[in-house]
Amino acid sequence: MNIESQRIVILGAASAIAQATARIWAARGARLVLVGRDQARLRAVAADLAARGAAQVDCVPLDCASADAGAELAKMVETLGGLDILLLAYGALGDQAELARDPDATAKLIQTNFTSAAAWCLAAAGVFEKQRAGALLVIGSAAGDRGRRSNLIYGATKGGLARLVEGVAHQLAPLGARAVVIKPGFVDTPMTASIAKKGLLWARPEQVALVIAAAGERGGPVVYAPKFWLPIMLIIRHLPTFIFNKLNI
Amino acid sequence: MAPPPFVERNDIVSWGRASREVQRVARPGFHDELPGLMRNAGEESRLAIGLRRSYGDSCLNGGGALIDMSGLDRFIAFDAATGVLRAGAGVSLSEILRLVVPKGWFLPTTPGTRFVTLGGAVANDVHGKNHHGAGSIGRHISAFGLLRSDRGGLTVTSETEPALFASTIGGLGLTGVIEWVELQLVRVGGTYLNVEIVPYDNLDAFWSLAEESVQRFEHTVAWIDCTSRGAGTGRGIFSRANWIDDRVFDLHDDKSWKRIPFDAPGFALNRFTVGAFNNLYHRVSSAKRGANRQHYAPFFYPLDALLDWNRLYGRRGMMQYQCVIPRENQREAIAALLDVITASGQASFLAVLKTFGDLPSPGLLSFPRPGATLALDFPFRGETTLALMSRLDAIVSEANGALYPAKDGRMSGEMFRRSFPRWEQLLKDPAMNSDFWKRVAQ
Repeated sequence: MNIESQRIVILGAASAIAQATARIWAARGARLVLVGRDQARLRAVAADLAARGAAQVDCVPLDCASADAGAELAKMVETLGGLDILLLAYGALGDQAELARDPDATAKLIQTNFTSAAAWCLAAAGVFEKQRAGALLVIGSAAGDRGRRSNLIYGATKGGLARLVEGVAHQLAPLGARAVVIKPGFVDTPMTASIAKKGLLWARPEQVALVIAAAGERGGPVVYAPKFWLPIMLIIRHLPTFIFNKLNI
Repeated sequence: MAPPPFVERNDIVSWGRASREVQRVARPGFHDELPGLMRNAGEESRLAIGLRRSYGDSCLNGGGALIDMSGLDRFIAFDAATGVLRAGAGVSLSEILRLVVPKGWFLPTTPGTRFVTLGGAVANDVHGKNHHGAGSIGRHISAFGLLRSDRGGLTVTSETEPALFASTIGGLGLTGVIEWVELQLVRVGGTYLNVEIVPYDNLDAFWSLAEESVQRFEHTVAWIDCTSRGAGTGRGIFSRANWIDDRVFDLHDDKSWKRIPFDAPGFALNRFTVGAFNNLYHRVSSAKRGANRQHYAPFFYPLDALLDWNRLYGRRGMMQYQCVIPRENQREAIAALLDVITASGQASFLAVLKTFGDLPSPGLLSFPRPGATLALDFPFRGETTLALMSRLDAIVSEANGALYPAKDGRMSGEMFRRSFPRWEQLLKDPAMNSDFWKRVAQ
């Protein structure tokens, strides 16, 4: 348990994984800023976190994909009087068939999952550099580890984002600050609601949240959630192309 | 934002797992999605469901669609000074305890599992071991939010909407979607109970123990050995307890490692293994005779330690039979029921016998009423099981008793109407339905 309340900003705070993680932090008495598009939803999440023990919860209605990351983050850091953790939890899955047809939809997905996310990561890195402390936590995806036909745009954005976070981690390391990309596999969330098949590989948001909260304390720059994805993705990344190309994944 | 889609699932079963129809399910994450999920409900009926601890078909709606409320699990407000809690209907009792126990509060009454949602607890007007002092949970509900297809979103209290209040408490989710619930909690001075275990030899001994215990103990229940026949019919273990006021507040642990990873083969539970288990339980409990300090989790929720214990019954699943017999007929009828059960040899793992107190249940379809309730599990073996239950029905019916819809997957329409004579007054939402309701009321 932390003696001083941790100061945490969550981008995409209404997402299932973000909520599950925020509950862990709230129970520890953290001070939270919730960022998301829908004010009413943020308020519902905030009330829940306050009941669970958060010392302070502020809501900032904002579309993270189009906001001025640097300016907005500066305001939030001022509200909190510093920043211990930034969790980037927003993103879109997109429909591969639609993305293939519509270049605008592709550009929009890249803007959401990569371009805007990169701006937030760099803004947070700037804050942590100055403080010489803090942790940037970014939700990536196991899907970003190797390009696959079934979700190549989504995978590319998450793969690019992972590379960026690795770079930020490298940049922050000498200063004592950290950056971690958390790579979930299949998670049962509203994002994947239309996928009917739920099997052994599917995790609940609460399981992923435990990994994220642990990453807030130590470790990095890459963690899988749940951890069994590490060996799976190790194999997938190293499959020879002639085998990989035969897999319909 | 668009509401989540209804998805066809073949893994949505009730706790008894005896029926396996494909269900169409949507799982909202926010309340603002519910109106969208209720659209066109006139053409395809809806039913809000929770953690599906109902045993039969009251939480299923084949041919219609289900709204899985477990994602609406946010607390809305908790006042640690007054013990008033308001929460989304999808919050589980387990989560509520995790929040309120460290602050010295507890549920006013609790069923034998903490893995039920608040909405489900209201919709079934659940009861617990303290019924003689606390009544059913509906007595502790001050308000709830209800979304109806014909009237939209409503805040319902017993003053503002008395008929809708009485219809919804115990109303099996048929009066609309219960969105949130406000509950009055009770103070506890710690998380441990002083539990007294009293083995007894026959039904007469049970009745005198029960009568004597309700005066002095907040919680009472008895476990019955259904394999014991003749003079020893009704032999069992009486357990009674009071909270200990020692200011020790230890939480329960939900990381249950004792999971049942697969379905047991169908023959795993037969009269020999069950008999051996019952004997063992009787001996172990007898050895623990007297007073013990016990945490609330093993006392109220012994089976929650085995998260998927229903899988022990194999792929065909199981059925539970729970009836209540009015006080004036309880002695004769319970004895008659036990005679039939023990003679059948289909006896189950767990038979629970408990007396209900006089506090009236607020719901039109509430199950608890003054008298005694008997609950038993049966491995489902098709016609044999159904025939046995029909014989039990005859006894219950003769004694003016009732069956508990939350546990039922087979009662006849006639049995339901006799159990709940005011059923036609239910202010049902025309768009809501369940497999149970189609079976007993339509």
